Amino acid sequence: MGSYVPTTQEEQKEMLAAIGIESMADLYQNIPAQVKLNRNLEMPEGLSELETIKKMKEIAGKNVIFPTIFRGAGAYRHFIPSVVKQVIGKENFLTSYTPYQAEISQGILQSIYEFQTLICELTGMNVANASVYDGATAAAESVAMCQDKKRKKVLIAQTVSPFVIDVVKTYCYGNEMEVELIPEAEGRCQLDALRNQLDDSIACVYLQQPNFYGNVEQAREIGQIVHQSKAKFIMGVNPISLGVLQTPMECGADVAVGEGQPLGLPLAFGGPYIGFMACTTEMVRKLPGRIVGETKDRNGKVGYVLTLQAREQHIRREKASSNICSNQALCALAVSVYLSAMGKEGLKNAATQSMSKAHYMAECLEKIGFRIKNKGIYFHEFVTESSKSTQIILDALEEKGILGGLALANNDQNQILWCCTEMNTKEEIDLTIEILKGVMGHANI
Amino acid sequence: MLIFEKSRPGRKMEYIGNCDVPEFTLPEENQRKQDLHLPEMSENDLSRHYSELAKKSYGINDGFYPLGSCTMKYNPKVNEEVAALDGFTQIHPLQPVHTVQGCLEVIQLAEKYLTEITGMDRMTLQPAAGAHGEFVGLLLMKAYHQKRQDTKRKKIIVPDSAHGTNPASVSMSGFSVVSIPSGKDGCVDLEQLKAVLGDDVAGLMLTNPNTVGIFDRNIMEITSLIHECGGLVYYDGANLNAVMGTVRPGDMGFDIVHLNLHKTFSTPHGGGGPGSGPVGCKEFLAEFLPSILVEGNSELTVVQPQYSIGEVKNFYGNFLVEVRALTYLITLGAKGIKEASQNAVLNANYMMSQLKDLYTMADEHLCMHEFVMSLEELKKQTGISAMDIAKGLLDHGIHPPTMYFPLIVHEALMIEPTETESKETMDDVVKVLRELYQQAYDQPQLLLNAPIHTPVTRLDEVEAARNPKLRYIFSE
Repeated sequence: MGSYVPTTQEEQKEMLAAIGIESMADLYQNIPAQVKLNRNLEMPEGLSELETIKKMKEIAGKNVIFPTIFRGAGAYRHFIPSVVKQVIGKENFLTSYTPYQAEISQGILQSIYEFQTLICELTGMNVANASVYDGATAAAESVAMCQDKKRKKVLIAQTVSPFVIDVVKTYCYGNEMEVELIPEAEGRCQLDALRNQLDDSIACVYLQQPNFYGNVEQAREIGQIVHQSKAKFIMGVNPISLGVLQTPMECGADVAVGEGQPLGLPLAFGGPYIGFMACTTEMVRKLPGRIVGETKDRNGKVGYVLTLQAREQHIRREKASSNICSNQALCALAVSVYLSAMGKEGLKNAATQSMSKAHYMAECLEKIGFRIKNKGIYFHEFVTESSKSTQIILDALEEKGILGGLALANNDQNQILWCCTEMNTKEEIDLTIEILKGVMGHANI
Repeated sequence: MLIFEKSRPGRKMEYIGNCDVPEFTLPEENQRKQDLHLPEMSENDLSRHYSELAKKSYGINDGFYPLGSCTMKYNPKVNEEVAALDGFTQIHPLQPVHTVQGCLEVIQLAEKYLTEITGMDRMTLQPAAGAHGEFVGLLLMKAYHQKRQDTKRKKIIVPDSAHGTNPASVSMSGFSVVSIPSGKDGCVDLEQLKAVLGDDVAGLMLTNPNTVGIFDRNIMEITSLIHECGGLVYYDGANLNAVMGTVRPGDMGFDIVHLNLHKTFSTPHGGGGPGSGPVGCKEFLAEFLPSILVEGNSELTVVQPQYSIGEVKNFYGNFLVEVRALTYLITLGAKGIKEASQNAVLNANYMMSQLKDLYTMADEHLCMHEFVMSLEELKKQTGISAMDIAKGLLDHGIHPPTMYFPLIVHEALMIEPTETESKETMDDVVKVLRELYQQAYDQPQLLLNAPIHTPVTRLDEVEAARNPKLRYIFSE
């Protein structure tokens, strides 16, 4: 059995004596006997580290690692520089708590201040917080930020990731805001429908850019329409795309949120990821979660502290802007190191390569009989239709160690959502096309 | 110096090589026009920057960390090694179920062990943190009452000794908070509780042991009272580290529990997160849980409960945190888990026994895994506050206890040593705390000036809030 308790038998006796009791069981003498557990826990006996590692490796071994992945849909496999992994493994960061004691937490606090700056740069917005749980909860929190007494309804584009819509709906089940979807046309948010749905009960409109199908939305036009009815405009963005794509600020967003996972975090079966949130200066006091600010110490030296805490649960309790306490600080650190390592050119390169490879792959798929659903500009994801069953296509790829695109629900046309990143080489794409050519060739199976 | 000030135009590294397919460019109208200031660095300078920041941070690895309510126990290294296995990190959350059997096994095993420890029937691992778990628990209550068409239940009772997240979660869930005063020992005042009971009560949120570190002896009566009036009882698992293997929330009458894997189950806090806040419940509430429940024996599948409240987060929660916690559970096993809690209680009582002749305890009796001191009297006599003592500890290289919590104790310092601290570490800290107490009388100015041996002295928080500077501004 492994144990991390340092106390020896001898010390235990000394300590019990100092307390004035006789046995370890006496420590619990104030707990009524009727509620005590009168048996051992039904769990296996503990293991040595050697045995534990062996067991956990065995479990990990039951998963299939795909060397080639063409699936995104909210979780993206990008390259992670080694320096990212090394920095977040540093024990001073890894094992520290939320930086309540600012004097001995300047490293963490400064890293959060730098993260906030980087997120502002990326989105073009004025202020950012220190992170929330993931992109979906960031979306849900951003919607909650916009509610007021009169405006209790949110419009969400139907082209937003269904996984994000699910989470927003759950939060709205809690805070009792009404959720309404804006219909899509040809994979994009319908502007006319939006115009008709907007009225003075709408608190905000949530748009994803690029949307779930990879399409680039007419975000600036949508922003203008939303603002005409004095609702807030929220954009959920893919941070990699911001290396090349119009920023939320340029599109007139009041709040920009997103999933930060593509910036240096592994797929990891869905977490931990990181939600980022940024907004205009006017909305800063509605922003949930930790925010770090610059100040000075008694000697006039620059330092950093958690600030604007009057928004937060430990001060405001039931009137807080959110209940969030723990966030994803270590993931925020990974994002900061990633962005600093990649730099402006590196991020632009990752964005361009992802987009270029998706377009190359789409072209190749089209040549072998797939129809591409995306009509206008798209980023690094796209949707195909074909006469071949999705299952046959994906199984054929899986057999060769390739994770194909995601089968979309409501799938009469065998729709598949594909994704490329800089990780997918031309060779990989060509090989995939070769395999699929074989599958498509036998159209009657 | 900020990383942006170390950036030099033109300096860069190559991480991903050149594009091997024809380059696609966005139409002009879709292109980004705003400047993008990302640091331009050599890897050496980048790496040094973070080493410098690491030196100005303080983790459990640097020393004693008695943050009450936060359970800052040692974070075993083996957890990190296991969580870094490719078989976990390289798995896409939307892979076919038959290719993620190992991940599902992690979730299933963690659920199995954690429900056994808490006396619950089912558990979701989707919530990302304690507060997130509270939100889920309250939505379970909401869904339960709604399904029974018992919609007048809008009130959640929360003792005034509770964590701030409790009332904040209540608001997010569309309920209203009824705060009841606690006794001096943090225990529920039964008369105060009875006075607010009625058919509009949806439930009660409680921590036991409570935030003063005392086990509420009336727990069975409290949970029965709530059940009798038709409400549900929620267990805030913040203090579970005191009682594992000895008493289970499920056996005390609780219907819903949240845990903090980043407290009780040894996963690192990462400077504020990621955590993980699984929510367990009794069988009759399982039909409302978020949709990621793992079932099956040899072939594992994911099922969605019939009346699920929906998802609270994408995918399966903070999965790698769950991997770490499972590694810990497997390492310790049944006996080790119980032993951990016993030693947490032993350490807290030992430290209290070494301090209580000098410091005033909020409650003098045997405590659980933490105890609360009130420095109200010391402040009256010397002007030295709980904050000043805390800052004094910093100069001795010791992380201060939780300050000014729970709110019902004035000038509170809440000490939770955890089971992974040795006697000599605690003896050293006791010595320092005793010296500081004396210093409050003899040389109060030293404490008012503290800390002086840290990278910065006390920071002006008022100025930070009044005139917020929340990002670096680039000069051009």
